[in-house]
Amino acid sequence: MRFIFKTKYSQDINIAKHNGDRFWYSLLILIMAALPLVLDDFYLGEISYICILSIAGIGLMILSGYTGLASLGHAAFLGVGAYTHAFLLTNGIPFYASIPIVIVVSFLVGAAIGIPILRLTGMYLAIATLALGFIAEHVFIKWEHFTGGNRGLPVPQPEFLGMSFYDSVFFYYVCLVFLIAAMFAAINILRSPTGRAFVAIRDSEIAAQSLGVNLGLYKALSFAISGAFTGLAGALLAHYIGYLAPDIFNIFLSLTLLLLIVVGGMGSLHGTVFGAIFVGFLPQLIAICRDYLPSSIGSQPGLEPMLFGLILVFFILYEPLGIYGRWMKIKLFFELFPTYKRQTFKKQKVFTKSDRV
Amino acid sequence: MSLFEVKNITVAFGGVKALNDVSFGVDKGEIFTIIGPNGAGKSTLFNVISRIYEPSKGEIYFENQNISKTKPHNISKLGIARTFQNLELFENATVLQNLLLGRHIYKKTNILSEVFFTPSARKQEHEYRLKVEEVIDFLDLQHYRDTLINGLPYGVRKNVELARALCTDPKLLLLDEPSSGLTNEETIDLGFWIKDIQSLLGITIIMIEHDMSFVNKVSDRILALNYGKILASGLPEEIKNNADVKQAYMGE
Ligand SMILES: Nc1ncnc2c1ncn2[C@@H]1O[C@H](COP(=O)(O)OP(=O)(O)O)[C@@H](O)[C@H]1O
Ligand SMILES: [Mg+2]
Repeated sequence: MRFIFKTKYSQDINIAKHNGDRFWYSLLILIMAALPLVLDDFYLGEISYICILSIAGIGLMILSGYTGLASLGHAAFLGVGAYTHAFLLTNGIPFYASIPIVIVVSFLVGAAIGIPILRLTGMYLAIATLALGFIAEHVFIKWEHFTGGNRGLPVPQPEFLGMSFYDSVFFYYVCLVFLIAAMFAAINILRSPTGRAFVAIRDSEIAAQSLGVNLGLYKALSFAISGAFTGLAGALLAHYIGYLAPDIFNIFLSLTLLLLIVVGGMGSLHGTVFGAIFVGFLPQLIAICRDYLPSSIGSQPGLEPMLFGLILVFFILYEPLGIYGRWMKIKLFFELFPTYKRQTFKKQKVFTKSDRV
Repeated sequence: MSLFEVKNITVAFGGVKALNDVSFGVDKGEIFTIIGPNGAGKSTLFNVISRIYEPSKGEIYFENQNISKTKPHNISKLGIARTFQNLELFENATVLQNLLLGRHIYKKTNILSEVFFTPSARKQEHEYRLKVEEVIDFLDLQHYRDTLINGLPYGVRKNVELARALCTDPKLLLLDEPSSGLTNEETIDLGFWIKDIQSLLGITIIMIEHDMSFVNKVSDRILALNYGKILASGLPEEIKNNADVKQAYMGE
């Protein structure tokens, strides 16, 4: 077991809490950077996709995992980012200028949607965001001038830094760099007053308010920040798919993002990466399973959504802290061996919350 | 002139008047205790001050300023902090994070400086931490900085909530049943701390309490409520011997 001897407040403020952290994370980035040496184009594409999913997951994690607000329509932001990016590129705006515009646009769309919708809570909010997803899909169909409607919109693949997005090694590096940047941005927000205010809203709105947190403002801000991350992921997704059609941004994609954060572990940024790896490889896993199932079941078209639903319910019931939570438990088990107690992670019930104020 | 004044406050929930034409004033530097049986309207009064409940009638003045229309999230900026009867801590956060939220009203950074964690954001974290550490020392919370609230015993949680309120650097502190659920020893410590908050930090305190020996030890003045109405108010000895109060409490 490691005991950290703290001598400065900055040790609590810094991202890496000790040299061990610094070593492992640097090693991870080095390995990620070296992957193109050993992997072929197909797997690099898969991992690029997982990076994109992680960025979108960070967005939804900030909203749901940290601020405690559900969203069942987050594919809408992927769509906003993807269409805005494709539109700007089509009109000759270079990649490096388009990305910041995409981030700002998605931020503003998030704020504009967030302000009215966030008066709702719980189930009502979930239904409203579900509706939002459908409305967005409709807008993508109808606003033909901007999106090409049902005909779709080809995504230009311009040169960037003298390289082409068709080059899967280059695209992989772009996605990786954006994921690392997004991670740093998210960590920074979460170790600042704004991130703490989000957590405060999640755990007790009434206390947050009494400490000076403007609930409406911070909920809208959380929606906007969440939108900005997800919009950025959408822009990268546009390059990945190459051709945008409205039905890409459907409810199934929204549920995939939800599955990602639940499986990864609510309230943890590590969880977004674990979750993205899981949902990124899930379709292949399901495809393999299909081959082994009797054809009457294996060829059912509804198999995927049903499995997604089952996995979601399984995690909520049996592994509410997700893969990251399981990882922490295993780590603690070995650190404390042989004195680990199962009760360590049992939530204590000290008093009832019936009479809240 | 009083630091804090409540004038003719009435609060109704449906037909029930939780508070009925309540008026009183609290002087600067006082420990002012509100007593009364369950359901008397004590917590409702705090929730009116916090602007969580809207009174149907009456006004509240703090430092001669009418705060009856102030937004709930601006109350703490004026210098009024509170605790809750049933604890409202941020359960899945550490003690340190809970206390740092007590500094939220002093936030100067905007979202951009936070995304890039600029030197000014870092400096602000240091400044927050200095104040938080003062409070940690004051309330003996050194052992719990990095513990999640979830894993703390009840007495420590109550202490953390008090600490969080102190981190806002309040002028007026509202404590809703601070001793309920504490052991005898913890209650004794609490008594000393409350006296210290008054004398060392110069903070005025309004406290809701049930434990009468505790109330008599720390209070400067007491107000007794029953069914939303003021039963009596005065010095501890006066309240102790008041016939109406005895009646309400013991049914004598
Ligand atoms: N939000 C509410 N809705 C309806 N009735 C309430 C509400 N809050 C308090 N009351 C009622 O107001 C009365 C006073 O409650 P309260 O102020 O909590 O009493 P106490 O003096 O025990 O703190 C009680 O009858 C209670 O049922
Ligand atoms: Mg009460």
